[in-house]
Amino acid sequence: MTDRKPSPSARIPAVNVDDDSNVQLWQPSESKDSPDLPPHIDVPLGRQQLERYLPILNASSDRRRFLKMMAASMGAAGLGPGLTACVKGPAEEIVPYVDAPEIIVPGKARYYSSVFTRNGYGYGVVAESHQGRPTKIEGNPMHPASLGASDVFMQAELLNLYDPDRSRAVQENGEIRSQGNLRLALANKREQWSSSRGRGLRILTPLVTSPSLASQIRELLRVYPEARWHQWQPINDDKALQGARLAFGRDLAVDYRLAQADVVLQLDGDLLSELPGSLHYARDFARRREPLGNMSRVYAVESQPGLIGAMADHRLGANALLIEQLARHLSAQLTGRPVDPSETSALSDEQQRWLQRCARDLREHAGRSLVIAGAQQSPSVHALAHWINDYLGNAGTTVIYREPVAQRSELLTESLQDLSRDIATGEVDSLLMIDCNPVFDAPADFEFGQHLKAVPFTAHIGLYFDETAALSRWHIPLSHALESWGDARAFEGTIAIQQPLISPLYDTVSPYSLLAFLSGDIWRSDYDCVRRYWADVFSGGDSEQRWRRMLIRGVLEDSASALLAPSLQKDAIAALNFEPQPEGGLLLQFAPDPRLWDGRYANNAWLQELPQPLTKTTWGNALLMSPALAAAHDLSPGDLVQIDFGDAGLEAPVWPMPGHPDDAVSITLGYGRNIKPTQAPADEDGAIGNAVGADAYPLRMSDNLALRAGATLRKTGRSVALARSQHQSTPEGREPVREATLDFFRDNPAFIASDESAHNPEKSLYPEPTPEPFATAGYEWGMSVDLNACIGCGACSLACQAENNIPVVGREQVLEGRLMHWLRIDRYYSSGSSSSSSSESFSDSNNALVSRDADVQTHFQPMLCQHCENAPCEYVCPVGATVHDSEGLNVMVYNRCIGTRDCSQNCPYKVRRFNFLEYNYDQPRTDAMAPARNPDVTVRSRGVMEKCTYCLQRISETRREAKKEGRPIRDGEVLTACQQSCPTQAIVFGDVSDPDTRVSKAKRHPLSYSVLAPLNTRPRTTYVARIRNPGFERRPVRNEESE
Amino acid sequence: MKKSTERARHQGDVFESIGRKLAAMTSGGSRRGWLLMFAFFALLSLIFLYTIMLVFTVGVGMLGINIPVAWGFPIINVVWWIGIGHAGTLISAILLLLRQGWRAPISRFAEAMTLFAAGIAGMMPIIHLGRPWFFYWLVPYPATMGVWPQWRSPLVWDFFAIATYITVSLLFWYLGLVPDLGSMRDRAKTKLGRRIYGVFALGWRGAASHWRRYQTAYLLIAGLATPLVVSVHSVIALDFAVTLVPGYHSQVFPPYFVAGALFSGFAMVLTLTIPMRRIFRLYDLITSDHLEVMAKIMLAAGLVVIYGYVIEYFLIWYDGDEYHIYLAFNRMFGPYAPYFWGMMFINVLLTQSLWFPKVRRSAGILFAVAVVLNVGMWLERYVIVIISTNRDFLPSSWNTSFGTWVDWSMLLGSLGLFFALFLLFIRAVPAISIFEEKELEYEHEHEESGRS
Repeated sequence: MTDRKPSPSARIPAVNVDDDSNVQLWQPSESKDSPDLPPHIDVPLGRQQLERYLPILNASSDRRRFLKMMAASMGAAGLGPGLTACVKGPAEEIVPYVDAPEIIVPGKARYYSSVFTRNGYGYGVVAESHQGRPTKIEGNPMHPASLGASDVFMQAELLNLYDPDRSRAVQENGEIRSQGNLRLALANKREQWSSSRGRGLRILTPLVTSPSLASQIRELLRVYPEARWHQWQPINDDKALQGARLAFGRDLAVDYRLAQADVVLQLDGDLLSELPGSLHYARDFARRREPLGNMSRVYAVESQPGLIGAMADHRLGANALLIEQLARHLSAQLTGRPVDPSETSALSDEQQRWLQRCARDLREHAGRSLVIAGAQQSPSVHALAHWINDYLGNAGTTVIYREPVAQRSELLTESLQDLSRDIATGEVDSLLMIDCNPVFDAPADFEFGQHLKAVPFTAHIGLYFDETAALSRWHIPLSHALESWGDARAFEGTIAIQQPLISPLYDTVSPYSLLAFLSGDIWRSDYDCVRRYWADVFSGGDSEQRWRRMLIRGVLEDSASALLAPSLQKDAIAALNFEPQPEGGLLLQFAPDPRLWDGRYANNAWLQELPQPLTKTTWGNALLMSPALAAAHDLSPGDLVQIDFGDAGLEAPVWPMPGHPDDAVSITLGYGRNIKPTQAPADEDGAIGNAVGADAYPLRMSDNLALRAGATLRKTGRSVALARSQHQSTPEGREPVREATLDFFRDNPAFIASDESAHNPEKSLYPEPTPEPFATAGYEWGMSVDLNACIGCGACSLACQAENNIPVVGREQVLEGRLMHWLRIDRYYSSGSSSSSSSESFSDSNNALVSRDADVQTHFQPMLCQHCENAPCEYVCPVGATVHDSEGLNVMVYNRCIGTRDCSQNCPYKVRRFNFLEYNYDQPRTDAMAPARNPDVTVRSRGVMEKCTYCLQRISETRREAKKEGRPIRDGEVLTACQQSCPTQAIVFGDVSDPDTRVSKAKRHPLSYSVLAPLNTRPRTTYVARIRNPGFERRPVRNEESE
Repeated sequence: MKKSTERARHQGDVFESIGRKLAAMTSGGSRRGWLLMFAFFALLSLIFLYTIMLVFTVGVGMLGINIPVAWGFPIINVVWWIGIGHAGTLISAILLLLRQGWRAPISRFAEAMTLFAAGIAGMMPIIHLGRPWFFYWLVPYPATMGVWPQWRSPLVWDFFAIATYITVSLLFWYLGLVPDLGSMRDRAKTKLGRRIYGVFALGWRGAASHWRRYQTAYLLIAGLATPLVVSVHSVIALDFAVTLVPGYHSQVFPPYFVAGALFSGFAMVLTLTIPMRRIFRLYDLITSDHLEVMAKIMLAAGLVVIYGYVIEYFLIWYDGDEYHIYLAFNRMFGPYAPYFWGMMFINVLLTQSLWFPKVRRSAGILFAVAVVLNVGMWLERYVIVIISTNRDFLPSSWNTSFGTWVDWSMLLGSLGLFFALFLLFIRAVPAISIFEEKELEYEHEHEESGRS
């Protein structure tokens, strides 16, 4: 307690005397069991409790104690550099406990519900806190957009909180100012606006679903009637909204029921990764991919390969414009709508055949089929999808319609266009930009950055001093979601409350305080604003009860958007104009980045270093094109090309992507950022995400945010090394991922099992690897990974990184092949028709994936320590640093490891990771990240081997709890970090000695197999073989001939 | 053995001239030339020191290693250096027991070569460690925590093998030096020299009783050292053979490593002998016959190595395991193919040149061949260590790693240290055994006179 070292644990929000805002306990088990209020919850600390905990506030403290306390607080107050340089709070905040509050038990984590917002939509989370430091994010099982799972962004938000590059101070024209200066300036503006009724005042936000924030904005608009509110975000639903308006004549939100869908057709886009409800949909999707159950069939048309295409039974690559023709053709086939032959002239015979099969399947499953149009597809495609769903009777069963979730449903591109136009015509004199970055991500033709300079008063509130901040007069640092109050609605409308876990690390501001102040109120805390809003909503006697209940559960029950039964305007759809494909030039397609989204996560090292799901590249984007197109231009991976539109162009490295259409190229958005840290770590110039990758926004035009036609491609002759985690893309005739078609599996249900028994080793002359006493010690941990469910998203990898303090190594070390992820996702390509020739791979592994076959199949395989019972790593270690424990785990004794690396050499799965250099200490960034570390897991220094532990610390904790209660550990009580985060629940973990556990059942699955079983390593991690369900045609299956 | 030119000379003169000539090697020759050479190699030694410091302070990440190629140059170097040492032990111990008189002129410095090579080899595994400051955890000392080395690990066997080897080599070399240290003490011109040589000579007076005990002890240690010729490199081969990595897991490794060791060892002996013979004009002591015998042994060892290659690939084919078969192709056509073909060219093709007496008897050509064969054997170790895990079982992990500038500097530096030590050695003690040369001459004379 008298620790003089600056540590954020000394600044626990529970004793934040600044305001009464206090976090609430989230207790999933209790609240799950009893819907009523649990008997014990955290109570916001009032002044009285504070005096109890903090005697310094109490006048009756004796002198000696007072002096002691003063000394301690002085020590802590001289907190020095790093995190606490700009602490806003007074010294009282850091006084140690004398009477420790009951709720804080050192060493014991607490969990709080909250919600993160991305693109306006809420993702419910449960955040883990150790002594006031948020250390891990999990999904909130009660939140519909999470269901307990998380995506990479939710996991990575933790790092954003502690990012030392975050903006830490108010700045005016680049000069640091106090908040007093800011308030003074705003107060002056307030007077001016009052007299002008807000004329010339504009507010720009991302899409707002938050009820409380929207009410504040409305209040502002009420006070200043001539002010206007605009919304903008670069990845938006404009086309879906236009499609809905076309089809139904109104705004609505579309929600899918994938669990009901026997046949799914995705027309571009990716329901598994790009929608605000993707985690929910992925869960439902996976539930229907169980080969022993009623397996669905998935068709995917993709303009650029994504996760859904990798999972699909039938995949068709077509450029984004051609997909409209495909949709027209399909709708004509299904509904008998007459089509102009010119509409579908560009379709090849193969594509038409593909569509015929798909149409037949959809028709056969009318009412239980589903057509989904991707967000980047044109409004016509969305309208056609609505029409097909309506025609097939899917509406109401597999697809449902809801009232819009956004607080103001509008076309964001139009909204920003209005703003740009008004700025250009000089109508705007004050512009407030809240948590958005239009200078970086607005369509290039708006020339937003150019216009912005002409606005006399601009204020930007954001997490970083970013591109927009640099051109604004005022920059205000924004509080992170883990530091401030708020609320948000999920994709289907459910409301969740954003609770802070830590008082702001820097002198940051919440938009609530700002908006309240601008509306003429006092400078209120965010808690105050949010609480007041909900007090109004929950009017009545049980207001407080309902508020607390919402905090405990993390969601407001029954707050989903109302269902609609809209009527389709068939005539309008039939009369849709058809736009022929533009002639000449290449098509450049844009997409959100699977790791950086729209660029907001560019400074997140975890995401930068997490390999992209398909290309397996890190630290940068690439221009994706088909291998055939790359070959036609004589391009190898990493060759720099210049893509040009006359007015603008960019230079990017090439990545030949199997399955990409030949007549288009694609690039993801969000790279090439320029952030200015308020206080950069000692030996760095700028933020780590700066100038990584190529920025594609300058090429993006408002008329079509998804693509731009007429590009020319020019080889520059230079090339860069792409930092990849995986170099070999084909399985080389080996079968790490076993697969078959559903028909084959039904005819040969034992095709895996018979192989597995064939690998069972003969009785050895030597004693069994696991000594006898171990075998009877109780639990025997094991894992099963269902390859039918794994969508390759990478959430597990990142969850593992966050849970186990896995360091980031940086681009150079990735290039050396020293990535540290304990859990990697292997991605293999195979070709449906021709098996790849293995001789090709000998030459240069770079070229190995250049498969000319468009009919490429993608396989994902999460690969982690297999915890072999007969572990090859163990017997070669000269110091016994890797050994078996009594519960069958292969454990690393970090302190004993001397780094011979023989274990890694002898590991056939190559899942061991070595600290080749010091990745954890004495690095410019590691100190700032220290509070994010899990105190239950050792931080490894250089020269030490490490690997997956099956989250040993979680097992230990659960074992302790169970022992205290005198009971065995229940099945499912221990969740490994990867298992907990998995959107599709592909990972099952538990005790394999008990035949009734889920993992034991999974291992009895007829498709369960061990990787490299003939080596007799006897892995505890097994996989459920991948089954595809192509249906009417039996594909050649490699298993058939080779076994 | 023929030494017809010496026939007419008086025996005493001959002994005196041998003694003077060999003892003079410590001070004679070109002083300036020695200094220049020493300065050059000492500089390389400093580079060696620098790279070690770098690896110790920054981390083994300075070396060209990654996952999956987690073993790099230090492992290649340890196998190579240990192999080089083997020739010395073979010459000293086995040939002594076999009473091969021709070993006398080369045994002393071959032993020194063994010692230096084994010493450098002993450093390499420590440099290789991620946490080198804990290298002593391989020693079975009574730790307070009660932890011992993990005996199933071949790395522990390795530790003992190398430690024993260095110890025995040192003893053997020193014991062989004792009579000559006595000579050096007697010939020393300064008081300090007398002191120093006197201490190390252990009071050697050349009495008959001294000689009797000395010869018994020497034979005993030779007997002890003999199995080491086979065991050390066999144990090192087990580091690889007991794993399940294709390319490591090979039953043929232990004998094949020993043959390779002798092969490279004799190449290194020749690399050292030929320049020394020239510099110190030892043509009458180290004759073409000596060179030829060594070349023949090298040829024999080389043929065993080639047989090892054949058997290795035969076993891969016979085994039929897909991973092993892939390994064979990966070596031939994979990303490291130049290393493989370089090795094949040198070790298989160039070795054949030793069939020709002209090559064996020509010092210049033999020197060139020996140097290249050393490179070839280094490449062989490269092929084994690197081109195995780089593409093992799961294709997703396949990756390559090449030596960094630190790796290459360290290799070069270790060579520098080796030669610098050798230069110091020929300055400090007689590089050719004086008493053994005399003994040889005596026996020779007797043989000659008996025959006539």
